[in-house]
Parts: sequence; structure tokens; C-alpha cells
Amino acid sequence: MLEVKKLHAGVEGIEILKGVDLTVKPGEVHAIMGPNGSGKSTFAQVLAGHPAYEVTGGSVTFEGKDLLEMDADERARAGMFLAFQYPVAIRGITNAYFLQSALNTVRKEQGLEELDTLDFADLLEKKLEMIGWDDSLIHRAVNDGFSGGEKKRNEILQLAVLEPKLAILDETDSGLDIDAVKEVAAAVNAFRSDERAFVVVTHYERILNYFPPDFVHVLAGGKVVMSGDMKLALELEAKGYDWINGETTAVAG
Amino acid sequence: MTRGRDEKSAAERYVAAFESFAGNGASGAPEWLKARRESAISRFAETGFPHSRMEAWRFTDVKPIAGEEFALAPKPAVSAAAEQAVESLLLGGANRHAAVFVNGYFAPELSSLNRLPEGVRLGSLRAALESDPTLLEEHLAQYAKDERNPLTALSTAFISDGGFAYVPADVVLEQPLQLLFLADPASGKNPMWHPRNLVVAGRSAEGSVLESYVALGDATYWTNAVTEVVLGGNAKIDAYRVQRESEQAYHTATTESYQARDSVFKLVNFTFGARLSRQDINAVLDGEGADCTLDGLSMLARRQHADHHTTLEHAQPHCTSWEYFNGVFDDKARGVFTGRIIVRPGAQQTDSKQTNNNLLLSESARADSQPQLEIYADDVKCTHGATLGPMDDDHLFYLQSRGLSRDEARQLLTYGFGSEILDVVKLDELKQQVDRLVRNRLAR
Repeated sequence: MLEVKKLHAGVEGIEILKGVDLTVKPGEVHAIMGPNGSGKSTFAQVLAGHPAYEVTGGSVTFEGKDLLEMDADERARAGMFLAFQYPVAIRGITNAYFLQSALNTVRKEQGLEELDTLDFADLLEKKLEMIGWDDSLIHRAVNDGFSGGEKKRNEILQLAVLEPKLAILDETDSGLDIDAVKEVAAAVNAFRSDERAFVVVTHYERILNYFPPDFVHVLAGGKVVMSGDMKLALELEAKGYDWINGETTAVAG
Repeated sequence: MTRGRDEKSAAERYVAAFESFAGNGASGAPEWLKARRESAISRFAETGFPHSRMEAWRFTDVKPIAGEEFALAPKPAVSAAAEQAVESLLLGGANRHAAVFVNGYFAPELSSLNRLPEGVRLGSLRAALESDPTLLEEHLAQYAKDERNPLTALSTAFISDGGFAYVPADVVLEQPLQLLFLADPASGKNPMWHPRNLVVAGRSAEGSVLESYVALGDATYWTNAVTEVVLGGNAKIDAYRVQRESEQAYHTATTESYQARDSVFKLVNFTFGARLSRQDINAVLDGEGADCTLDGLSMLARRQHADHHTTLEHAQPHCTSWEYFNGVFDDKARGVFTGRIIVRPGAQQTDSKQTNNNLLLSESARADSQPQLEIYADDVKCTHGATLGPMDDDHLFYLQSRGLSRDEARQLLTYGFGSEILDVVKLDELKQQVDRLVRNRLAR
């Protein structure tokens, strides 16, 4: 589904990703862990197509198509989704209106009929039921005055409505207390399927206990330096990121 | 204090026009009104037109108005276009209450005044001079200060007609009282009118008032309007104002509200039209516990210029005010916002919040925003904030990452600026009308 090869990218002339490789197949959950400044969030933003980042080398294909040739909105309509680490507030636009607009652009792309306000309200109700949340965020302006936790929940709600093929969660767990982490993980779990893949970018292994990954990769210095399964995440938790630095230096040396 | 020769001769022209006006059509006015007019024209003769060396007029140059030879409009015949406009613009169908004016003249044939609730007045100010002389003498030209703005003085000098609305004590209106000012371009070259409006709400009266200025076609003309709104104790008035003048026209106005204790005044102000517009919004909270909300939206394009000069004056303790103005400027349009908050000595426990957001859709568009806080009490809460700039790339990326194209994302973000203000409109029909205006601007 997603094939990242030797990806180099940076911002304002500073290279942050220095040859990232990653292969994601349908149904798989990949966790990407790493210390601050390792390039985790840059990787997520580059995959989603943030125009501030410049790709300087390598390739990314998504379902066989050259992702790097696509604008952010084309990537989204092709089935890619990024849950933002820092979602922005959109004043004056209600969540419901925004979600309806977004869903309809995706449906149009898929050759499906656009949903009117009533049909969309039905769909939204079903989604909320699925993830067990109330509709308190729906009629407020997008992320406007939302708490940190509400913003993260709102990202997951968008995921639920847009039903992407590949969802990238960028530090969705950061800043959440344990109850909120469980709540968010449970909601994401409800959308885990054989067709849908997840890339979970996180600083902490905690969320992975509630949303177990198939693969864990460690990103350091702009490269994937280690790959494994959940055991790697637990080892990281126990030994800390300094351990990685030592290991990789040893390997390199 | 020297003035340029042109400004001076422009002022002299209006003084001469006043003399002819006072000697003819206006000669039948009561003595108190004559005195107010005379004092106002003396005031204007002294100051002349506002100019950019006056602090309050730094960003808006009215030379284009002073330079044109505007003359009081002749009374127009009611046109088919005016009849159609009335049907599409007025709210409330057959049950509506509306006073309609064309080029400053009251048009009874276009107005709907038959179903007014008992005691409620709506209609022409000129007629009210006869029917309600005591109310008018008490309130007319007593709030908007001639010495504060030369164009207010000019308005007072030329008081001839306009809207009068009165809601007696304890009456709660079901339908809005509407004042519609149409500009009919068939009125000859460079006409002007000075509509003068007075809205009085008695103790515990409640209702809404809509004041609209709409052009029936493109033409150069000048509307110089003054509206005074007086709220008695515990009165609640929702005021709406929509300015849709021709893009060749000039619109200058003062909207003055005066609140007694515990009254609630909410103004929602929309500016879409005019080549150049300047509106002074002065709200005086002169009774404990009064509450005032000023919300505004300007959407301008091409070479339009709009200046909103707002003053919230807290004269008594325990009053609250909230001001929220959004501006969207495209092409070479320019917006000016001044948010002055005055807290008088003794006006403790004042709580005032002001926000002004400006979105620039083109590199040639421009906005100026200036808060001015003058606080003479020590136990108050006053905050202000302003934003100004082009559309944020992170916002665009966020919407694009959800599938919206860049154009769709831009439109949605722009619409958001409008819809924040639309959301506070409680009259559904008006909300739909203005929503269409906002969407039309986006579709350009």
C-alpha cells in the first residue's frame, strides 16, 4: 500500500529525513517511535504533503501511484489521512459543516453521490455511536476553543467519517491523560480492519498497549535505525532513547 | 488652523445650500429644531469637512466627497425597480412593519405600516414632528454629537426626513421594525441625502430594528445618515444594519446608541457596498448593568474603502460590552477599524472585550486596525485583540489534508469569517439574505 524508499526531506534547506525506508501493507499497524528531533513528525507531514517541506530524494508510492507528485488534497482524496499533532482552529465553520464538505469531496472522487445535510447527520450519528462519543463537538467551530484532548478526539472523529485507507496518527497521544489515551485508542481500534493500515507516530509506548502494532520502527537522526515488534517498544520504554543512541553508534562504529 | 482653499469653498457651498434649505422646505419646522439646525451648520462652517490631519480621520480621506458638487436630491417618482426591491428585501411577508425611503424621501406607497401593534410607532420622522412632538424634542439630535464629527453636524443641519421608530414601555415586538433606504439612480447628477433616524425604546420594551441602505443601480451619490437609538431602563433592542450602496457611491454615517440601566443593545453591522464608506458607531452605556454588543462584518473588493470608527463609552459601573468585527478585503480594497473603549471615572467593574480580525485576500488589499483604550477607573477588565494578514498556509494545509482543493479551502476559510457574524443574526430571513451576499462575494 505504502512504499517509502530512501526518503530525504527537509525544511528551509535543513535536511531532516536522511533516507527513510518503510513498507506498509493493508491491515498492518506500524508504530514509529523516536526521540525528540528524530524526524517523526516531519515524516508524517511529508507523507501528508505539507508544502513547507521539500523532498530532496527517494520515492514514495501509495497504491502504486507516485505520492510525491500529488497535492495534499489529492492524497486525502486517494485515501490518506493525517491526524495532526497540532490541529488548527477554523473559525466560523462548524465541525458538522466541515466534515460534510470534506466527506463530499472524497465521495465525489470515488464516484459516489454527495450527501445532503440530513443524510450526513444520519451518518455522523452512526459514527459517533460506533466510537461511543456524544455530539458535543459537532456544532462548535472546528477546534475553536477546544481543549487539547478535544482537538485530538476531533481528529479521530474526522478519521471515522472519512474512512481513509491509510491513517497516520501524529503523536495523537501526546498530552493526553491515561483515560483520554484509552478513549482515543478504543475509537481507533473500532476502525481497524484488514483493508485499512495505520502508521502511529509516537514518543511514548503507552498508547501501543491499547492499540497494539504489528511492527515497531525506531527513527533516529532522520533514518529508521531499528525495526521489530511490540517487544522493541517495551525495551525502549524500559531503557529509554539513550539506549538507541548507544546501540546505533556502536553499529555505525 | 489653516485649511486649504478647496476644503473651505466646499464647506461654504454647504452653508449656502443650508441657507436655501432653511428658507424653503424646512421653514415650517418647530423652533427647537430650527435652533438645533442653526447651531449645527455654524459648527460645520467652523470645522468644514473632516481632513486627514484630524486623528479620527487619519486613514479616510473624504476629499472625493468634498470635491464633488453634491446637491439635495429632488423627490423621485416611485419606480418599478423600487417596488420589486421592496418585495425582495423586506422581511416578514404580509405582516411586516416597514418604512421605505427613496433618495431620502419617505415613500408611503412602498411602506407597510398598517399592522403596527398598539402604541408602536414606525414611519417618517417628518410626520412624527407633527404627531409626536414631545418625544422628538426630547430625543432628536440629543445623542449623536455635532462637535464630534463634522458630518454629523451636517446631518443635523439638513434634518428633513428619515425613520422614526418608537416602542412604548413593556411592549414586546414580534416582528422587526424595518427602515429601508433605497438609492434610485434616476435622480440626476450627484444627489445627496441626509436620512436622520430616531429609535426610542421605552422601559422594558423589547424588539428588533433593521436599517438597510440598498442601491437600485450604479450611480454616484452621497448618503450621510445618522441614527440615534435610545434605550430606556431594562429595554432590549437587537439592531441590524446592512449597507449595500452602489460601488460608485459615498456612504457616511453615525450610529449612536444611548443606554439606560440594565438595558441590552446588540448591533449586527454589515458593510458590503459603497466606493468609500465611513461609519462612526458610538455606544454610550450610561446606566448600571447595561450591556452592549457590537458585531460587524465588512466584505470589500475592487477599490472599495470602508472605515468603521467605533467607540464604546462606559459611563457607569457594572456594564459589559463585547465587540467583534471581521473584515475580508480582496483586490485593492481597504478596511480601517478603530476600536475605542472609554471607561469614565467611577465606571468600576466594567468588563469589555474587543476583537478585530482582518483577512487580506490579495497582496494589494490593506487593513488598518487600531485599538484605543482610555481607562479612568481602576477596577475594570478591558481586553482587545486584532489579527491581520493573508490566509494562513497551515489552515489551508489542514483543510487540504481533508480532501478540499486549495480553492475550496480558501472559500471555506473566507466563508468562516462571514459566518462568525452571520451566526449571531436572529432574524432567519435576514440571515439567509446576507448569507447569499457573503456567498456571492466568495464566488467571484
